[in-house]
Amino acid sequence: MALALKIPFRRRGEARTGPIRADGDKRRRMVVSPEGVPIPFMLASRGSRAAALFLDLLMIFGAIIGSTLILAWIADGIGFDFDKEDGPAGRAMQALLIVWVVAMFLFRNAWFLFFELGPRGATPGKRICGIRVAARARGENGGRLTTEAVIARNLVRDIELFMPLIFFISASVEGGDTEMAGWAGLGWFLIFALFPFFNRDRLRCGDMIAGTWVVEAPKTKLETALSVGEAARGRSQATGAQYKFSDADLAIYGEYELQVLERVLRENRADGMRDVTEAICRKIGWSAGAGDERAFLEAYYAQLRARLETGMRFGKRKADKHSGGA
Amino acid sequence: MNAVTTGIAQRIGGWFSKPSETVVAAEQAALRSDRFRLEREADWKRLDAILKRMEAGRTRGLSDEDLLALPALYRTAASSLSIARETSLDAALVSYLEALTQRAWFLVYGPRASLWSWFRGFLGGGWSASVRGLGIDLLIALALMVAGTVVGWLLVASNPEWYYSLVPGGFADERVPGASKEVLRGTLFGNQDQDGMSVFAASLFSNNAQVSILCFALGFAFGLPTMLLLIHNTALLGAMLWLYHGQGLLLDFVGWLSIHGTTELFAILLAGAAGIHVGRSMAFPGNLPVMDAAAAAGRRAAQVMTGVVLMLVIAALLEGFARQLVDSTPSRLIVGTFMLVMWTGYFFAFRRGVR
Repeated sequence: MALALKIPFRRRGEARTGPIRADGDKRRRMVVSPEGVPIPFMLASRGSRAAALFLDLLMIFGAIIGSTLILAWIADGIGFDFDKEDGPAGRAMQALLIVWVVAMFLFRNAWFLFFELGPRGATPGKRICGIRVAARARGENGGRLTTEAVIARNLVRDIELFMPLIFFISASVEGGDTEMAGWAGLGWFLIFALFPFFNRDRLRCGDMIAGTWVVEAPKTKLETALSVGEAARGRSQATGAQYKFSDADLAIYGEYELQVLERVLRENRADGMRDVTEAICRKIGWSAGAGDERAFLEAYYAQLRARLETGMRFGKRKADKHSGGA
Repeated sequence: MNAVTTGIAQRIGGWFSKPSETVVAAEQAALRSDRFRLEREADWKRLDAILKRMEAGRTRGLSDEDLLALPALYRTAASSLSIARETSLDAALVSYLEALTQRAWFLVYGPRASLWSWFRGFLGGGWSASVRGLGIDLLIALALMVAGTVVGWLLVASNPEWYYSLVPGGFADERVPGASKEVLRGTLFGNQDQDGMSVFAASLFSNNAQVSILCFALGFAFGLPTMLLLIHNTALLGAMLWLYHGQGLLLDFVGWLSIHGTTELFAILLAGAAGIHVGRSMAFPGNLPVMDAAAAAGRRAAQVMTGVVLMLVIAALLEGFARQLVDSTPSRLIVGTFMLVMWTGYFFAFRRGVR
């Protein structure tokens, strides 16, 4: 862990700002909202989409079993009466059978539709995996997720997912060549399952036809500001020491290092903070003490940020420690 | 500059006994970007609370004030975001604002209103408009269906063996080449006291809807499988027509079929046209990028498909009930023709300025 925390201090690739994640940049899409503000969308990983689908199928399967059992229980109460078609019991049985057929149709086709049209834009499985459906957008026009789009993407799901199954079942029921049908079904399934691997935005066929994509649902929590506490003002609560850094002390780091520092402070791990403190002290020529790392780092964070933000207001930005500028 | 800020920090450092957590007054923050944040945080928190309620599906519980404030709060958050990007290096703040703006965007520009109001717009013109929007694809699908029927007829007429390969086993039962007139007539008339009609209707609907969804979804492969499916299914129809024609029951068969068939075949026509529409727009996207063309066609076709499912419900009801109850060819033809005229009128004569 300590190693992982130190690595960000090394320069990787070209100057980059913004939150850094290993494959974050590849999945990031900037979309300009109608108000002209670029908003980042993070495409959902294929793994989480597969997991969401699996969870949904599990739930649908459970719902089918559950509703079938309930209907069977009711039918049992009526007293299985398939022979006497005309009596009230026979009619009730018919009604139950209709309810069952319609329920099966709805579970198969309306589950995804119903949930994705809701305000969260996600089925229960997607919600658990933290992803949602959104209208696909390139650059300028951030679109609106329409009802038709959700219908389209879910109708196509039918051939992607259920077709091979039906293929196989019908072959075995009609006494056809089950082995051949199995292979054909597998091939069919693979074509559609691998589809998201062969386009940039990880679209499945339904997404393509509907003009949608699946993105990570935005997280909701606002972290507390780090730079308004007392330690950020330079005075340590634990030791009462005053930390004040000279301009030269602060000039060595840029925005990238500031963000790494912010992350270290938010993670609040003793060993991580000790490593970073040592690194900074080495760099600015202080002798590193022990026991007051957090106050030291908060003070350094606040003062570095003050310096960089002042530079920002004058149009001078310093991306990282290697770049010149402010 | 550094000395100034630390000076402020020192001066007001003693005012707090505990860092953060407690509410910090904006003017007491040392950094300008923190002052900016603290001044607006209440608005963001309010938007956050509104969003949370709406996402949980409790829109009804929101006060009118909150609902009216939503768009304004959304714009506040969006503009805060662009300011924060230019002036603040607080990564947590920027990513919070990005998430907040995104969440608000999903709701402000989400699926329009309720499913119910969408459905009203759909029936009141949206459906027929998108059916008309299919344009030439309707004609292509119709031509394919006619061709399929003719091919089916001709094939079986030239060699009756074809009948067995065209008509799947489950369908055929006693309706095979060489069946007597009485047997065939028996399949058309006198089924009034058949039991389980409603169950029959429900499973028919389920089956037909699945087939038509397939018909549409296969449009993805440039529409070719859709065309094959259309031809194959109508070839079956052609074969059956030939069979009944051979015993002089053609008109009776058409009557038997038309009572639900005009609705059902129309629905299959629409589903096929929708599939071809998607396939054609991918093969010939015109001035748009392929993806955009496919998306536009897909959305229109999806609306048509919702209608197709509705039509199939009606067709199944007609097939399950009306066909058994109406037992003479002329009255069957009347019902069938009426349905056909009604659908055609609804789709092509009913134009209202929706969208």
